[in-house]
Amino acid sequence: MIRFRDVVLRYAGSRHAAVRGVSLNAPVGRITAVVGPNGSGKSTLVRTLLGRLAPEHGQVTLDGSPIAALTRREVATVLAVVPQREEPTFPLTARDFIALGRYPHGNAFSGPSSADRDAIESAVARAEVGALTDRRTDELSGGEWQRVRIARALAQGGRALVLDEPTTFLDVAHEMAVFELLDALARAGHCILLVSHQLNLVARFADHIVLLHHGRIAAAGTPAEVMRGEVLERVYEWPLVVTRDPAVGAPVLVPLRGRGTR
Amino acid sequence: MNGAPRLLWWILALALLAAVTLGLAVGAVPLSPAEVWRALAGGGDPSASAIVNDLRLPRVALGIIVGAGLAVSGTALQSTLRNPLAEPYLLGVSGGAAVGAVIAVVLGLSGPGLVPIAAFGGAMLAVLLVLMVARAAGGRADPRVLLMAGVVVGAFCTAAIMVALATAPEGTVRGALWWMMGSLGDAQWSGVRWIALYVAGGIACLAWWGRDLDVLALGEDAAASLGIDVERHTRRIFLVASLLAAATVAGAGLVGFVGLIVPAIARALGTRSARETVLASAMAGGTLVVVADVIARIVVRPTELPLGAVTALVGVPFFLWRLRAGVVR
Repeated sequence: MIRFRDVVLRYAGSRHAAVRGVSLNAPVGRITAVVGPNGSGKSTLVRTLLGRLAPEHGQVTLDGSPIAALTRREVATVLAVVPQREEPTFPLTARDFIALGRYPHGNAFSGPSSADRDAIESAVARAEVGALTDRRTDELSGGEWQRVRIARALAQGGRALVLDEPTTFLDVAHEMAVFELLDALARAGHCILLVSHQLNLVARFADHIVLLHHGRIAAAGTPAEVMRGEVLERVYEWPLVVTRDPAVGAPVLVPLRGRGTR
Repeated sequence: MNGAPRLLWWILALALLAAVTLGLAVGAVPLSPAEVWRALAGGGDPSASAIVNDLRLPRVALGIIVGAGLAVSGTALQSTLRNPLAEPYLLGVSGGAAVGAVIAVVLGLSGPGLVPIAAFGGAMLAVLLVLMVARAAGGRADPRVLLMAGVVVGAFCTAAIMVALATAPEGTVRGALWWMMGSLGDAQWSGVRWIALYVAGGIACLAWWGRDLDVLALGEDAAASLGIDVERHTRRIFLVASLLAAATVAGAGLVGFVGLIVPAIARALGTRSARETVLASAMAGGTLVVVADVIARIVVRPTELPLGAVTALVGVPFFLWRLRAGVVR
């Protein structure tokens, strides 16, 4: 559903491209994860989906249509992005915050339509934030806030959901809750494209992993194909081993101590 | 506005009504509220009618317009800059407008409709300058950098006004005090009408764009994700916010802090969207400036305090309180 074809991305005034010829396909019903060290170009891909950086080369398509040919509103009704950081300048109730997800559907002065109300209710139910809707955004915990943000993205009504580091600063339980929610959404027919540093969680939940290194794809495939010690060690430039979790069988990355300091 | 607290609108309307009555009643010839309303309705004592309708009403009307314009300008700047301390005076926008207006007047372009346009040009230049200074100093994302840039540009504007006034032939231009500290003292219907036109148009635009303001206040990436063209919408909101500030400067000189205090009051009263904050700020801004003008007229009779001095005496402690309350992180 979201497809990058040989995409090159460069920030204005920069001599080096941040992304150099990346192709990837994020289909519906699947979790596709983009991983890689800091500065490998992960968030740059997200910026392109936000319409804030146009490809210098290659093409990004959404359901087969080049994203550049769609208006920003058209994109927003199909694809929702949960950016890395966000803090409302003025606190509002979680319900009003989630209702802003209907912005791309509305016109300037009409109140919420019945379609808007249905979409908001469904998003609230999907993200399981029904108990939070009357709380103010500045009173939510980190985990609650992430779920409310996902609810707003769902309220946009599209099938594609892009999340940039959705579990930063979350404890284990909230981290798991967010990933379980994404898993359920994928099974329900959403296309989930996820940028994350949490390799071990990604290995448990993602169907397809794209490993970026200096703006290029270093490996791509199933978790078992990408989570290989020799590949990750080269990309992350740190000694590590990949074992198998004895309980669930998923590959687990374990960075080693005592060799190399920097 | 489903479920919006109707009480909010009652409070704002009654406060405005009370302020208008007060503004029309207080003066060298004190009148009772009943006399004021009789005069407004076209009846009562002819001399009271003349005082109310000819002398005091233009001044009160200008106060409402200036207060509404400044407050709504502040609301819009705060949402788009994502900074609850942004307002036209502190950002140097009003200062730029004053430079434009003073230059127009000194050059003899003093048609009542022209001064606001010249002020608008000055305000736009000041906005560009502030954003440039802020970018050079580390980006407008940091509220403190932006305010610092505003103060620097504001100081520059003050100096420019002084130079322009010093070179003007005597008696052609209102004094420096009028421009620097603001006053509703020489309100005349001919000028008030023009300013009302600009301010009403600006407020209507920003109320119409209320959803855009809500979305922009979420931050650039979140706003972009919702399908808004961040740069284009931010630009046109700046343009209208500057126009509002410029119109108020053309009508009453530099009046600070109204754009800071009033949106905060409106939000504290329970507005739930930027559109509601815009409309509530317009009403509360008018109330605040009319009351401030009454205070300016009565505390040191028979002379008048500058209006901007009264708003600053209230606004600076408010600013410090907001700063302490952790608005600036």
